[in-house]
Amino acid sequence: MAWIMKGLREGIVTTRYPHAPDGYGASWRASVTRVTGAPRRAGDSRPDDIVGNCPTQAISIEHGEACVDRGKCILCGRCVTARPDLFRFDPSVEIASLERNHLVVGALPENDLNLEIVSSELAKRTKALRRSVHIRHVDSGSDGSDEWEVAALTNPIYDVARLGIFFTASPRHADLLLITGAGVEGMREALALTIEATPEPRVIMAAGVDAVSGGMIAPEGGIGRLLPVDVWVPGSPPSPFSLLHGILIAVGILSVRTGAQRDGAEISQREQSDRGPSRDTDGER
Amino acid sequence: MTHSDRIEFSQVRAGDLARAVATRVEHGMRFGGLVASAEQPAGGGVYALLLDQDGIQVLVAHIPPGSSTSANSGMSLPSLTRSVPAAEWYERKIHDMHGFAPDGHPHLYPLITAGAASAPSYVSGEGMFTIPYGPVRSGVFEAVEYLLETPGEEIPSLDVGIHPKHRGIESRFVGATIPDGVLLAERIEGVASVAHAMAFCQAVERICAAHVPLKAAHLRVLHAELERIANHLDVAIGLSEAAGLSVANARFGIHKERVMRFRAQLCGNRFGRGVVIPGGVEHPVSSSASGLLPVLQGLAHDVLSDTEAALGTPSFVDRLRGTGVLDTGTAKYLGSIGPIARASGIAEDVRVDRPYASYEELGPLRPATRDSGDALGRMEVRYDELDVSFKLAAKALGEVAGLSGSHLEHLEVHDGRSIGWAEGPHGEILTLVDIEAGRVKSVLPRTASFHNLSILPRVFRGDILTDFAFIEASFGLSIAGASL
Repeated sequence: MAWIMKGLREGIVTTRYPHAPDGYGASWRASVTRVTGAPRRAGDSRPDDIVGNCPTQAISIEHGEACVDRGKCILCGRCVTARPDLFRFDPSVEIASLERNHLVVGALPENDLNLEIVSSELAKRTKALRRSVHIRHVDSGSDGSDEWEVAALTNPIYDVARLGIFFTASPRHADLLLITGAGVEGMREALALTIEATPEPRVIMAAGVDAVSGGMIAPEGGIGRLLPVDVWVPGSPPSPFSLLHGILIAVGILSVRTGAQRDGAEISQREQSDRGPSRDTDGER
Repeated sequence: MTHSDRIEFSQVRAGDLARAVATRVEHGMRFGGLVASAEQPAGGGVYALLLDQDGIQVLVAHIPPGSSTSANSGMSLPSLTRSVPAAEWYERKIHDMHGFAPDGHPHLYPLITAGAASAPSYVSGEGMFTIPYGPVRSGVFEAVEYLLETPGEEIPSLDVGIHPKHRGIESRFVGATIPDGVLLAERIEGVASVAHAMAFCQAVERICAAHVPLKAAHLRVLHAELERIANHLDVAIGLSEAAGLSVANARFGIHKERVMRFRAQLCGNRFGRGVVIPGGVEHPVSSSASGLLPVLQGLAHDVLSDTEAALGTPSFVDRLRGTGVLDTGTAKYLGSIGPIARASGIAEDVRVDRPYASYEELGPLRPATRDSGDALGRMEVRYDELDVSFKLAAKALGEVAGLSGSHLEHLEVHDGRSIGWAEGPHGEILTLVDIEAGRVKSVLPRTASFHNLSILPRVFRGDILTDFAFIEASFGLSIAGASL
């Protein structure tokens, strides 16, 4: 009885995301992006210092411009401290992508047509899952922090069950495999067996930089070299909101932002939060 | 009484190591573990860690180059496990990783290099079967293998396999710069990033004879205690989930998320990463710290009111009482550490015994203990520690607000080796750091998770399959930290 009263007294704590933007996040580091209006040419700087400073080689210079690969970035902030003129932290949590190379901020102009094809193919595959997604989590060699953020999705604050998203005990009941960790040797067989046990159509999600690229731990690469990944979620570890964003774009509940929208350099924080609800194409039910 | 923080390295012949360690353990020193450095041109080394009030003794056995390249090299050392059973996993690991065969080891089979399929069967008899559980198992858990041998209900034998998620992080440290070393240390056990960064940085600071400003020391305590709170709440979530106590489970989930957000508010990272660096801290709490204190106090009030309610829920408490008992004698004999040891009546806590950061300045601290040694005792110890951690965090936050001055001092990197320690959320962390030519030569972390996970199979005495979830949750260990 005491517990029931405690529960009731708390009131509703659940976020309204994705139906409405969530205020949480402005204070913290979700990703690194390029500074708005950064010099288009980095000729005046010392590119080697910018690149070499990064512990995971997430920074590259393409056509004279500094690019950040969020799939490699572990958010240590060294580049932001050293070159605040070029890099800054971005609190936006919507950083998941359907294509690995779209995690690179400031790379070559993106081929939106290609993204549309990938996106619509995935949408076709996942059409039947949209209102009920069952997730099987697999740890393929994480540092343990990713599991905390995945597990947080079921707490009352995120409560993904309200969106028809559930965690399942068996891969045989799963629609989406959420994989954390770098795909270390000891997990390869278990990973392969889990995928084999998961019925089609299925979606495979790489969650966290360790899974996306190997991060600090496995420079030879993440799980992409072992299996076909559909959704990439950067972050070290990714926050629960970023994971949720990844799940929602994976099953087509949220549409993917196009290249111009996705480049943090081109939109301010204010515009981003204003646009929040309108991006929700199929969310209200 | 605080222990001495003297560290003494002494060289022993490889063949004498086991005897030297056993003698010291007989004389009352605690066996802290064995770690070994990777094969290097000049050869490798096995380090035995021994602790008592007079400090930390490190016995170093030099292994000549070329003698340890494969498991078949024929290089063997007398096994320590027969006289010091806590060495069992350490020797299996060293055998896997470095090829030194511990001569006379009672249970020598792969720990790191192969899965539990290679494990021997310990029990035979009619109707006995083995349940392989993991590495992919129900719920969101880290990958680990359990092999339960059972006639159907009781668990006469349990074996734990940490092979699946071995990442080889120790070898990633070799040759790293000191700043990269901090980033790696934060990933030894992702949920104990602050404690590991602290142990690493304190070793570096000891080598470089660097001074850490008081303000930085307070901020380290603040972040470390918030980390402990988050971890202990995670255990509270696990136990209430195992018991099907849904409202408690939901409420502890809310509290943990709020603690994570509070941590992010302080430093921009939900896991306190990037805060502790050699010479001090980054992301100091700004002068508006006074606004943070009420938030912290509100959190403390909510958490403690719920732990009290949990202890007043008979159906929950009865489920934990007498489950997974680790008696004081066994706990001592196996050198168990952290909340698990304290729940078995061992009053050891690094924050009290070898105070670091500003724990001494923040006032007297007593280890929380219980004598029951069961899952309930382990939960009660953590509940007590939640209270203490909130008080310490609030005190540290208050002190910081009143301090001007620097939070970071320049550190000149010197070569040398030393040990850093911290009371992580899972227990004592000892990190052996060796710096050569300004870079990391080796970092060998001895995590509490590794040591205590090797003890887990020993507490199943008459416990049955349905107790498993409670015992595992009450241990509350990090698999990443155990398999490294």
